[in-house]
Amino acid sequence: MALVEVRDLHKIFGPNPRKAIPLIKKGLTKQEILKKTGCTVAINGASFSIEKKETFVVMGLSGSGKSTFIRCLNRLIEPTTGEILIDGKDIMKMDKETLREVRRYKMSMVFQHFGLLPHRNVVNNVEFGLEVGGMTKDERREKAVRAIKLVGLEGFEQSMPSELSGGMQQRVGLARALANDPEILLMDEAFSALDPLIRTQMQDELLDLQTKMHKTIIFITHDLDEALKIGDRILILGPDGRVRQVGTPEEILADPADDYVKKFVQNVDRTRVITAGLIKRRSPTVCVAKDGPEAAMRLMEKHGHSHIFVVNADRVLQGILSIDDAVKLKKEKVRDLSSKINTDVYTTLPETAVADLMATALETRFPIAVIDQDGVFQGIVDRAAIIREVNEGMDDQTLTPTALSDIHDELNEREGNA
Amino acid sequence: MNQIRDIVNIGGIFESIIDWLTENGDWFFDFIALLVEGLLDGVTWVFSFPPALIIIAIFTVLAWKVATKGVALFTLIGFLLILYMGYWQQTMDTLSLVIAAVVFGLLVGIPIGIWASKSDKAWNVIRPILDFMQTLPAFVYLIPAVLLFKLGPIPGVIATLIFSLPPAVRLTNLGIRQVPTEIKEAARAFGATSSQMLVKAELPVALPTIMAGVNQTIMLALSMVVISGMIGAGGLGNVVLKGITQLKIDIGFEGGVAIVILAIFLDRVTQALSDRSGRQS
Repeated sequence: MALVEVRDLHKIFGPNPRKAIPLIKKGLTKQEILKKTGCTVAINGASFSIEKKETFVVMGLSGSGKSTFIRCLNRLIEPTTGEILIDGKDIMKMDKETLREVRRYKMSMVFQHFGLLPHRNVVNNVEFGLEVGGMTKDERREKAVRAIKLVGLEGFEQSMPSELSGGMQQRVGLARALANDPEILLMDEAFSALDPLIRTQMQDELLDLQTKMHKTIIFITHDLDEALKIGDRILILGPDGRVRQVGTPEEILADPADDYVKKFVQNVDRTRVITAGLIKRRSPTVCVAKDGPEAAMRLMEKHGHSHIFVVNADRVLQGILSIDDAVKLKKEKVRDLSSKINTDVYTTLPETAVADLMATALETRFPIAVIDQDGVFQGIVDRAAIIREVNEGMDDQTLTPTALSDIHDELNEREGNA
Repeated sequence: MNQIRDIVNIGGIFESIIDWLTENGDWFFDFIALLVEGLLDGVTWVFSFPPALIIIAIFTVLAWKVATKGVALFTLIGFLLILYMGYWQQTMDTLSLVIAAVVFGLLVGIPIGIWASKSDKAWNVIRPILDFMQTLPAFVYLIPAVLLFKLGPIPGVIATLIFSLPPAVRLTNLGIRQVPTEIKEAARAFGATSSQMLVKAELPVALPTIMAGVNQTIMLALSMVVISGMIGAGGLGNVVLKGITQLKIDIGFEGGVAIVILAIFLDRVTQALSDRSGRQS
């Protein structure tokens, strides 16, 4: 079962929100409803589920109701109708006491402008959630210090928030949210107030932390690049408060659900999102344990290649064999391929972004082998596939033929920028 | 015109309210008087018991620690001057009246301010009352105070506390309303109850503004305490009143100087306290 399950969630602001519900069901637009009832529709029938340990990004432009959205999840804002199930329990039906327990132990929140208490030092800020939960002083101090260590703020325990930079203040916000070890982390535009360099750094650190912590993170942003970078799945919220699409970054880029999403993703650098695993193709291999030079030559001829990847009995990549060496081995009547295996090949993990492969692709005369963490061969990414991905993002240029040298220049330039 | 006045006699209505209160609320006002008297006696004793020079030393050190060296120097010279002019006892009496009035004023004013900040309805009722209290001439407070509490220092404290209450209410309300939404949201999101939010988040964040209200309350109280010399509250008010009624310029001037010295001392010290609470955040 999903950890968070949202069903038909509506949030309507205004004098008599319930009156607007039947109008929504009739399919009236946001503007028409505002005119008729004076109510603003912020969230319009959202239904989706979030799995355990998933980083789920809610993405929308300002005014699309994404901040309202995240506040509905812990009822900082009271939803109008719908169900929000957390571990199967409906948040909206909870009494005050139970809701407080959920806020104290189950989910915590990180705010855009940090929301730190200016009169408390770092460690006392981090302790806040534990303190209101009634934990003893020693116990909460210990947990707070651990959380501060986790976000890399050791040595700043006694500093006041006003003495810290924006990035460091948000680390305090993050430590405060992590201190009670919640299952769910709500992050409301957590990095939007930071300058670009710090923002990128914090995103990387969050990804690092997530590989250690495995929290369920619900992250709100207006920045698509951020969404694509950190999201396992992304929910795109339209300006009308309707959910437009939910999917993995690849799905959203490859198959936008409607024109709104399409327009949204138009300017994304695809090569940062499309991975080696996504564009790899299958390639024949020879097995060093059983195949001899003749089998290798036959396979190369059949596929029109001048080389072939060699694996062992467990399909772990050993290296590459060229057709010349295969012919030599055959002449010398050596059946064992291992003496001629060239180990000088580039490999990559399936999750590597295409952008990171461009430099290598230019350097090597062989395709790049895609292997998993155990070294098992999965397929290849060749130069053509990478160039195709680079060109895909440049809408107009794909229509006219491009000189190969231009593409190489382009690749070089990108490499220089990276 | 006079006939209309007879039908709706504003002053008359007020008069009958006071009459009714004096007749039926005796026990209540006696109780209040007892409280005020107790506190006032205590404070007066604290300031009258030790020798003047020791109190001057304490004030100087306080000014030095809280405010600046300059304020400390002013305090030393100023209070020595008061002692030299021979108004030490009156100055301490006035200070005691101010402190008693301000303590009661804050005990009433800050909770009302908190209430006003939490409820728009409450604020809508309280605000016009505060406007009324602040624009009504100070002397007018003296009449009901005398009727309900007789003559002497106690009606003086009561009139002062009512006159100096509004800034404490206003600035407490303002301070809490100005607490950034995200801080309030953060407190709630981490599971704080309403009272935890008030004590751990709202009041500390609003403290600099509340302290500015305390400073204003003290200054208003000081000005009112002098006026309440007219109903026999004693202290420097009496000195000034004597100067006016007997047309003795020297006495009036000396009393005035003593009041100014006390006012500057109180203002600088409370302002430094308020700045300090602001600097922390």
